[in-house]
Amino acid sequence: MLQVTDLHAAVIGAEDAEILKSLSLTLNAGEVHAIMGPNGSGKSTFANVLMGRPDYVVNSGSVKFDGEDILEMVPDQRALRGMFLAFQYPAEIPGVRPWQFLKAALDARREFAGEDPLSVRNFSALFDGKVKDVGIDPDLVKRSLNEGFSGGEKKRHEMLQLEMLEPRLAILDETDSGLDVDALRIVAEGVNNLRSTERSFLIVTHYQRLLNYIKPDVVHILVDGRIVETGGADLAMAVENTGYEQFINAADD
Amino acid sequence: MVTPNSISRESDLSGGEYKWGFVTEVEQDFAPQGLNEAIVRLISAKKDEPEWLLEWRLQAYRHWVKMTKDRGEPDWAMIEYPAIDYDNIYYYAAPKSSQTEAPKSLADVDPEMLATFEKLGIPLQEREKLAGVAIDAVFDSVSVATTYTEQLEKLGIIFCSFSEAVKNHPDLVKKYLGSVVPYSDNFFASLNSAVFSDGSFAYIPPGVRCPIELMTYFRMNAEGTGQFERTLIVADEGAYVSYLEGCTAPFRKTSQLHAAVVELVALKDGEIKYSTIQNWFPGTKEGEGGVYNFVTKRGICRGANSKISWTQVETGSAITWKYPSVILQGDDSVGEFYSVALANNHQQADTGTKMIHIGKNTKSTIVAKGISAGQGQNTYRGQVKIMPTAENAVNHTQCDSLLVGDRCGAHTVPYIEVRNPTAQLEHEASTSKVSDDQLFYLRARGISEEEAHHMIITGWSRDVIKELPFEFAMEAGQLLKVSLEGAVG
Repeated sequence: MLQVTDLHAAVIGAEDAEILKSLSLTLNAGEVHAIMGPNGSGKSTFANVLMGRPDYVVNSGSVKFDGEDILEMVPDQRALRGMFLAFQYPAEIPGVRPWQFLKAALDARREFAGEDPLSVRNFSALFDGKVKDVGIDPDLVKRSLNEGFSGGEKKRHEMLQLEMLEPRLAILDETDSGLDVDALRIVAEGVNNLRSTERSFLIVTHYQRLLNYIKPDVVHILVDGRIVETGGADLAMAVENTGYEQFINAADD
Repeated sequence: MVTPNSISRESDLSGGEYKWGFVTEVEQDFAPQGLNEAIVRLISAKKDEPEWLLEWRLQAYRHWVKMTKDRGEPDWAMIEYPAIDYDNIYYYAAPKSSQTEAPKSLADVDPEMLATFEKLGIPLQEREKLAGVAIDAVFDSVSVATTYTEQLEKLGIIFCSFSEAVKNHPDLVKKYLGSVVPYSDNFFASLNSAVFSDGSFAYIPPGVRCPIELMTYFRMNAEGTGQFERTLIVADEGAYVSYLEGCTAPFRKTSQLHAAVVELVALKDGEIKYSTIQNWFPGTKEGEGGVYNFVTKRGICRGANSKISWTQVETGSAITWKYPSVILQGDDSVGEFYSVALANNHQQADTGTKMIHIGKNTKSTIVAKGISAGQGQNTYRGQVKIMPTAENAVNHTQCDSLLVGDRCGAHTVPYIEVRNPTAQLEHEASTSKVSDDQLFYLRARGISEEEAHHMIITGWSRDVIKELPFEFAMEAGQLLKVSLEGAVG
C-alpha cells in the first residue's frame, strides 16, 4: 500500500541539513507499523512529509501510495486518495464548526469517489453517533474547530475525524503525547475498531505505552533520519526496557 | 473617471469573477450632463415635488457649491482616486418605461425590469423564493416596483419609494428628512441632498412589529450616471423593523459615483435592524472602473430604550467610504455595528462607525472585521464619543484584520473621546494572516486550497455574518467566496 524508497527530506530554506536521510519502508494493506525514535530523529517530519506539508522539501527518493507516486500531489489530493494524518498539534480555526468542517471533508472525499454527498440528515446521524463513540463532549463540537479544546480533547477530535473519514492509510503523529490513560485507551480503541485487511496504520510515537493497547505488526526504530532497526512488537519492549541508547550507538558506528 | 463616453459599451467584456456585471438594454430618460441649479430644479420638477423640498434641495446645492470652492471632498480617509469631474456625470437617469407615477402593480412593471431583477436573484413576483420579504427595487434613479405594499398597509406600515412618500406622506417626510443627516453634514451628503432621485421610505407605526423583512435592491445600470438615493426609516414608539439592502452594478471600465444617504429614526422603545450587502462592481483586477461608494448612514435612537443595529457585508466597490453611525440620545438606548469589509485586487475600503453617547446608560457594540487580499487596502475608522450627559455609558469595540497574501494592507484608526468619568470602554484589536497550519490542517482532510481559504475566512467573519437574516447570511458567505476568487493560491 505504501512504499517509501530512499527518501531524503529537509525543511524548506535549509535543504542541505537533511532530516530524513535515506528512509525506506514498505507497509502492506492491513498492517500496523509503529515508528519509534528519540526526539529529533525525524519521526514527525516523516509523518508530515507523507501528507505533503508545504514546509518540507523532498530532495530525492520516492513515495508510492497504491503504486501511485504521490510526492507531486498537494495534500488534499493525497487525502482524497485515502491518506489521513492525525495531527500532533491540530490547528485552531475560529468560527468553523467541527460539523461543518467534517461535512466538507467527507463531501470532498465522496465526490472524488464518484458518490453523492450525504444529506444533512444522514450526515448528522453519522456524526452524532461517532461523537458518542469517541466520547467527545457534545458541547465541544458546537465550538470552533480545536479552539479552547484541551490536549486530550484535540486528540479525541482527531480520532473522530479518523472514524468519520475511514481512510485506507492512517498516520498518527504522536497522538499519544499528552494523553492520560483513559484518553490513550480511547485512541487505541478507535484504531483497533478500524483495523481491517484493507486499512493500514503508521503510528509515530516516542513511547512504547500506546503499543500496550495497539499491537503493531512491525516496529521500526528511527534514528537520525534513518531506520536502524526493524522488528516485531517485541522491539518496542526492548526500547521500553533499555531506551534508545543502544540504537543511537549502533547508528554512530 | 466618471465619464460616460470614454468607452462605449462594455457589456461584451468578460466580467471576471463579478457575476452581476451585465447591462440591461433599456431606453433611459437622462437629465443633461453636469450639475447646476437648473438640474436640481429639473429633478425636482420631474418628480413633481412640493416647493419646500425644492427649496431644501437648492439650499443643499448652494452649500455644496460653497464646499467645493472651500475645501472640496473630504481628504482624511485612507483612499486614493483621481479627481472626480462633477460636470461629467449624469445626475438623473430613469428607464423611460417608468413614469413619475410608480406602477400600480407588478403587472404594470416593464418586463425588462422584472427580468433584470430576476437575473439578479431578486424575483419581484411575490410568490417567489423571497416570499416573506417586501422589496423596493430601485433601478438607476427611480424605484421601479415595490412589493407587498397592500399587506403592509393593513398594519399601518408604509413602505414605498421615496418619491411616493413625498407625494403621499409629505408630513412624515418633512418631519424627518434631514433630521439625522442635515444637508450640510458633509460634502457627499450635501451633494445627495441636492440631487437625490429616489430610494426607500419606511414608517412603522407605534407598537407595530413589522412581520416581514423590508428590502431595497439598488441596481445601477446607466453608464456615466451617478446614483444618489435617499433612504429614510422611522420606527415609532415600540415599533420594530428589519430592513435589508442589496446593491449591484454592471461591469464597466469607467467608474461610477454612488453617494447615498440613509437616515434612521427610532423613537421610544423602537428598534431598527439594518442589514446591507454591498456588492457594487469593484473594478477590474487591474483596478480599472468600479463604483466609488461615498455613503452617509446614520441613525438616531431618539427615545428611551430604543435600539439601532447596523450589519454590513461590504465586498464590492472600488472605493468604500462609509461609517454607519448611531446617536444614542435616549436613555438606555443601544447602538450596534457589525461589519465585514473586504478589499481585494485594487479595492480600497475606509469604513467604520461612530457611536455618540448622549443619554444615560447607553450601550454600544462595535465588531468590525476587515479582510485584505491582493493589493487591497482596508481601513477601520471608528469614533466612540461619550458626552458629559451620558452617565454609565458602555462601549465594547472589537476590531480584527485578516491579511491574505503579502501585498495588501490593513489599518485601524480608532478615535475615543470620553467626557464622563462613569463610562466603561473596551477596545480589542487583532491582525492575523490565514496561517499555513490552518490551511494544511484542512487540506490534509481533502478540502481544496480555495475551499480551505473560504472556510477560514467565513469562519473568521462568523460573528458578523450570524447577525444577518438567514437568506442574507447565505448570500454573504457566497459573496465572500466569489470576491476572493483568484486572491489565493
